[in-house]
Amino acid sequence: MKEMSRRQALALGSGLVAITLLPLPATASIEEVNEDIKKFTGGAEAAESAIIKLEVPEIAENGNTVPLSVSVDSPMTADNYVKRVILLAEKNPNPGVATFHFTARSGVAEASTRMRLATTQNVVAVAELSDGSFHMTKSTVKVTIGGCGG
Amino acid sequence: MLSRRDFLQVSLAAGAVWGAGIPWARAAAQQKLTQDDLLAFEPLGNVTLLHITDIHAQLVPVYFREPSVNIGVGEAQGLPPHVTGEAFLKKYGLSGGSASAYALTDQDFGALAQAYGKVGGIDRLATLIKAVRAERPNQTLFFDGGDTWQGSYTSHESQGGDMVRVMNALGTDAMTAHWEFTYGSDRVEELIEMIEFPFLANNVRDTEWEESVFEGVSTFERGGAKIAVIGQAFPYTPVANPRYKVPTWSFGIREEAIQERVEEVRAAGADLVVLLSHNGFDVDRKLASRVKGIDVILTGHTHDALPEVVMVGKTVLVASGSHGKFLSRLDLDVRDGELKGFRYKLMPVFSDVIAPDPEMTALVEDIRAPHKALLEKVVGTTDSLLFRRGNFNGTFDDLICQALLEERDAEIALSPGFRWGASLLPGQEITMEDVHNATSITYPAAYRTEMTGAFLKTVMEDVADNLFNPDPYYQQGGDMVRVGGFGYTIDPTESIGSRISNMTLLSSGAPIDPVKSYAVTGWASVNEGTEGPPIWDVVESYVTKHKAVSVAPNDAVKVVGV
Repeated sequence: MKEMSRRQALALGSGLVAITLLPLPATASIEEVNEDIKKFTGGAEAAESAIIKLEVPEIAENGNTVPLSVSVDSPMTADNYVKRVILLAEKNPNPGVATFHFTARSGVAEASTRMRLATTQNVVAVAELSDGSFHMTKSTVKVTIGGCGG
Repeated sequence: MLSRRDFLQVSLAAGAVWGAGIPWARAAAQQKLTQDDLLAFEPLGNVTLLHITDIHAQLVPVYFREPSVNIGVGEAQGLPPHVTGEAFLKKYGLSGGSASAYALTDQDFGALAQAYGKVGGIDRLATLIKAVRAERPNQTLFFDGGDTWQGSYTSHESQGGDMVRVMNALGTDAMTAHWEFTYGSDRVEELIEMIEFPFLANNVRDTEWEESVFEGVSTFERGGAKIAVIGQAFPYTPVANPRYKVPTWSFGIREEAIQERVEEVRAAGADLVVLLSHNGFDVDRKLASRVKGIDVILTGHTHDALPEVVMVGKTVLVASGSHGKFLSRLDLDVRDGELKGFRYKLMPVFSDVIAPDPEMTALVEDIRAPHKALLEKVVGTTDSLLFRRGNFNGTFDDLICQALLEERDAEIALSPGFRWGASLLPGQEITMEDVHNATSITYPAAYRTEMTGAFLKTVMEDVADNLFNPDPYYQQGGDMVRVGGFGYTIDPTESIGSRISNMTLLSSGAPIDPVKSYAVTGWASVNEGTEGPPIWDVVESYVTKHKAVSVAPNDAVKVVGV
């Protein structure tokens, strides 16, 4: 029920007005997310790496549509390019957000989209390079009721 | 540090005031303190930056008590601005009872306020700004850090229009914003048409295409130097304030966008790069360590007043307080595309010793005259010092919570952790102007609703994390939500979900039951369509009935772990 009360809290400023009861979303387990990453890498290790960059807001303005950009620093030549990037939201009912496919002809390995986030959580991005290596980064996006700032 | 010495001159001139509260003390204090002391500054270099921020539409002098509790977490623990009271005096070498102690801390506030009088007043600020401009012609820039258009009866009545007139008259060179946005996008756009200087917000994009909504940067030539000023609006405006007021504008810290701007203006030949910021101090401290090439950050939002700059690498951070209580002067030696040296002074605006600027006084009177009857309407008196600033409950919010509980007939009251709102001294009359100074917002409905104990806990935990998340990029810069009718224990060093414990209903002494529903009242909900009377009517009604109000020290909130 904990996640439910957080969802209720989203409707709130410093106090409560009207709450629409939403069906209780089940959240993915960390095992499930790790399983998804393994599936993507074929079991290979994905190390945290500075070549992959994830741009997400630190605090979401609207959990229903959170903007996100991912980029991988790569020359994107025929023998050195980014093949795929997968995005996962660790605590969404279904963690898969998107998979982007690139070729050397893409020129740059960059993509933007929007995602829905059920609650505060890590967003994970994993890139597969043409040399078979995997690179990972993650960022926390906070979904909050607002703190009456300033 | 020269800056400290300059500030100490004020203290020495004022001397220590003993037996404050009796008339001779006030006379003695003011006789020794002069406008020239406040302005005294050994000029340096070729550029002068003047900065005010978070004046919250205070046109006339007020009392404003600095916080007694301002807890820093993570890397900010124990660092300014998270130093208060006696520790603050010790850190900056100030003596108790001095003018500086009065201006910068909560120590002996009631007594020292009697001795040193009110602070701020836009006509006093005008005098100081004109004096510096006269001393440094063609070398001075004057910046407004935002939270300027909101916070008073006249600003609400004119929907920010009065402040636009005043800031134009002050000859402002650029501004950024936060509470300005709570007038709604249409009104903000109208007011921007009326201001005679740039409105800078590099971090605001439209929600559809992520394109810039406002100008991000403005360039000036002063003292032979090319100065680029980047504006940074409050990153969490649509989270901390109503989303529906600015539905198509997206904010955020966007440090990459700042870095890009810095590189762009450097490439275009800027000798000095200034960030005019409404991020909040801890956010700017982190940002300065990550974004390269900013010379000066004029900080705002968190209302901190620091008598010395804080250095992060080569970046100079200035914190200019709030409510018109201070004017910052930063002299810079800018040569060969580089900042070679600086000197800083945080000038306290002691209203009684500064000659008001007659033109500005006339403008303020013109703005206030139509509302005189309401502004001066006395609704009661206070026996206690009423203040808001501090991480947890302040006495003004305790009063508001009492008013809400009684007028809205509820068990529990919630009041937002705003950092703005003037103070009132014991024995002072409470006017409608004072009530509005503590409540003036564009979403004032005082709601009444039911809430389960579990839900209340979620609210408390969420707000606490916005204040005490160890990573400043996840903080929103407000204080803790203020509560009436219940008490709790908080450990700021814990993580979300584990900070709040011992929630107790004060009327029965019983623990808050997670599954039980409670009648809860509050104000400033960010939800569209919230119903209830405006909070100022609730407070007026309560104070009118009670005539003399008195607020006992609040011992229902217990802080542990720090």
